[in-house]
Amino acid sequence: MNAISEVTKVEAAPRASQRYRTRRTPLTWVRRGGLSTFVFMLPLLVIFGAFSWYPIVRTAVMAFQHTNLVQAPTWVGLQNFSAVIHDPQTPTAVKNTAYFALLALVFGYPIPLAAAVLMSEVRNRRGTYSVLAYLPVVIPPVVAVLLWKTFYDASGTGVFNTIFGWIGLGPFPWLQSQSWAMPSLVLESTWANAGATVIIYLAALTAVNPELYEAASVDGAGIWRKVWHVTLPQLRGVLLVTLILQIIGTAQVFLEPYLFTSGGPANATLTVLLQIYDYAFGNSLGGDYGKATALSLMLAVFLALFSFVYLFATRSWSEE
Amino acid sequence: MKSTRFITAVAAAGLLAICATAAAVGASTQTVTISVASLIPGSTKAATDQFNQRVAAFEKANPSIKIKAVEYQWTGPTFAAKLAAGTLPTVFEVPFTDARTLGDNGQLADLTPYAKALPYFSKYNKAVIAEGTNAKGKIVALPKGAYAQALHYNRKLFSEAGLDPNKPPTTWAQLRTDAARITQKTGKPGYVQMAKDDNTAGWILTTLTYALGGRMERGTGTHAVATLTNAQTVTALNMLHQMRWVDNSMGANFDYGWSDINQAFAAGNVGMYISGSDVYTNLVQASSIDPSLYGLAPIPLAKNKNAGVLGGGTLVAVKPSANKTQLAAAVRWIDFFYERKLITKAQAVADAKSLVADKQPVGVPALPVFNRKQYDLANTWIKPYINVPLKQMKPFTTGIFAQRLIPEPEASTQAVYHSLDAAVEAVLTNKSADIQSLLQSANQQAQQAISGGA
Repeated sequence: MNAISEVTKVEAAPRASQRYRTRRTPLTWVRRGGLSTFVFMLPLLVIFGAFSWYPIVRTAVMAFQHTNLVQAPTWVGLQNFSAVIHDPQTPTAVKNTAYFALLALVFGYPIPLAAAVLMSEVRNRRGTYSVLAYLPVVIPPVVAVLLWKTFYDASGTGVFNTIFGWIGLGPFPWLQSQSWAMPSLVLESTWANAGATVIIYLAALTAVNPELYEAASVDGAGIWRKVWHVTLPQLRGVLLVTLILQIIGTAQVFLEPYLFTSGGPANATLTVLLQIYDYAFGNSLGGDYGKATALSLMLAVFLALFSFVYLFATRSWSEE
Repeated sequence: MKSTRFITAVAAAGLLAICATAAAVGASTQTVTISVASLIPGSTKAATDQFNQRVAAFEKANPSIKIKAVEYQWTGPTFAAKLAAGTLPTVFEVPFTDARTLGDNGQLADLTPYAKALPYFSKYNKAVIAEGTNAKGKIVALPKGAYAQALHYNRKLFSEAGLDPNKPPTTWAQLRTDAARITQKTGKPGYVQMAKDDNTAGWILTTLTYALGGRMERGTGTHAVATLTNAQTVTALNMLHQMRWVDNSMGANFDYGWSDINQAFAAGNVGMYISGSDVYTNLVQASSIDPSLYGLAPIPLAKNKNAGVLGGGTLVAVKPSANKTQLAAAVRWIDFFYERKLITKAQAVADAKSLVADKQPVGVPALPVFNRKQYDLANTWIKPYINVPLKQMKPFTTGIFAQRLIPEPEASTQAVYHSLDAAVEAVLTNKSADIQSLLQSANQQAQQAISGGA
């Protein structure tokens, strides 16, 4: 005990003198590069402040107001939240969003992984395959949707229906049917977004130690066993991140339902974000921005809580 | 001392500079710039050239006003966004359905003194000017034009199907039979209807309901009662269901909006559809329609004393943030571009000449903004310049004034239409759609909007 106390005293003395010597003044702050750091950070602070933090704060405030952004707002307490919860379209929007997320998870999540694993196994022209996989990501999303809209033409002369017609199938209603519309949206969304995830997986795969595969081969493992016992465990950190990013992304799906179907037919593709949009801009007389921001806030809080629980629940797995 | 003198000199120079700038600004206030709604995006070069000529003529006559033309198309969602963001042009157009409420909400400028100073103000149709007057009696918008819903049909497809293109359907039963025949003989959809979730589906369903004698609401303001479950709406939806699922005469795509359906019709892919009687202008300007295939007829009305044709129109309004000089300039532009051609011979002829020179439509059927006599008189002025296929529009022009014109639902119009969108979509995309249940749900939604003053 005594020895420790001595050491502490000995160590404490120089620290105190150091504190005294380095007492911060504006001048020392400038001399030590504080000003230049601040100047370099300023554009970032201004941009984030104006376009990210300020809108977030404004959203939170507006959720408790009634405003058309022209006249002065009035405070309405929790009225907007109550109206959103009691809106008969809210359960439909939540259900549809969950359905989109589920379909995207079932089809959209494994496809990039399988594609990346297959591409990593290919010895020749890997770059060509990467470019082909990434190409849809380069196409502007609106252009891609308009392109797919012509593919999805429900008449017998539509692109997909013509192709299916060659093998005696169809014509299918695609976007013109309440049961077909959502899977059609997921199909295009998977095509449009898979490329970016494939590139992430390919990059992660290069970090896997080749000796592990060699060792697995020596032990007599085939390709499936190597994937299951080497590739997937080695990628688990990346897989966990892409999974939560995909869930957050699909919970906020807007572009596809907005451009393809406007939420139809008969609300079959109405998602939470589309409902927020409808609250804000659906009425030409000036939107209900209070309800729109209230629902936005509810979605943000839900996703934050979900992410927290997800990260907590998978912490041990990702740290193994 | 020296430094004090220096500072004083700099301050004096600064003051002089400020004064000079202020003087320059003062001088520049002689010229005012206003932005105005021009044509819809995607209009042809000829249409744009014609518009620019009108701007040049206006600026020549009013050297102190500079016009900045902005492409403009009214759609519910984009209008609401631009309104909130303050990015609408100084002068813009709104449908009859919205002006009063926008005016009540302080979202449109008060034009009263400027409008009343117009020499022809007293000649306006009282019902039309009332559409642009708010609850306090302030004039917040001036009329651009009025229309009645009409049946647009493809004469070529009628002929190919063995139907007489000079005899469009006059009853709903006949319309259904003709549509089925067109599909059967040509493979093209015989009758198509706007069915998009952007209020257009509800707008056309309301037209059908009116034509059968029904109404979508009773009463006015927030005390109005939604009556979407009325028998005529049920009949209209049943008829659509039959045409879609039994006759299969409505094609395969059921998500047409206003622009899409015009394009499909102009491309010759649609037998018949319902839209405003003045839509021919758009068919020419945005889709270069072949005039020979165009036919226009009144909407068939049921034998019911309440049956009538839905009428609407467009008004011109000014941004509430416009200052007095801009307001005066804006009303001068409205007078020059929208109103004079309806009321003065010289302007009507000049406008028609300019349109004809650029191969733009002259003589598209509309409804009177002033009165029937004035409307007929204006048509005689421009008669030599009329270049639309008036003969093919005869069924409409001879029949429309015999029809009873009914204004759109007054309370929460767009919200009422929006609540009906899903019902139309469901009937056209789900064979086993439960019409009663769909309408009950729509009625509940509409009533909520009406009571909340949406």
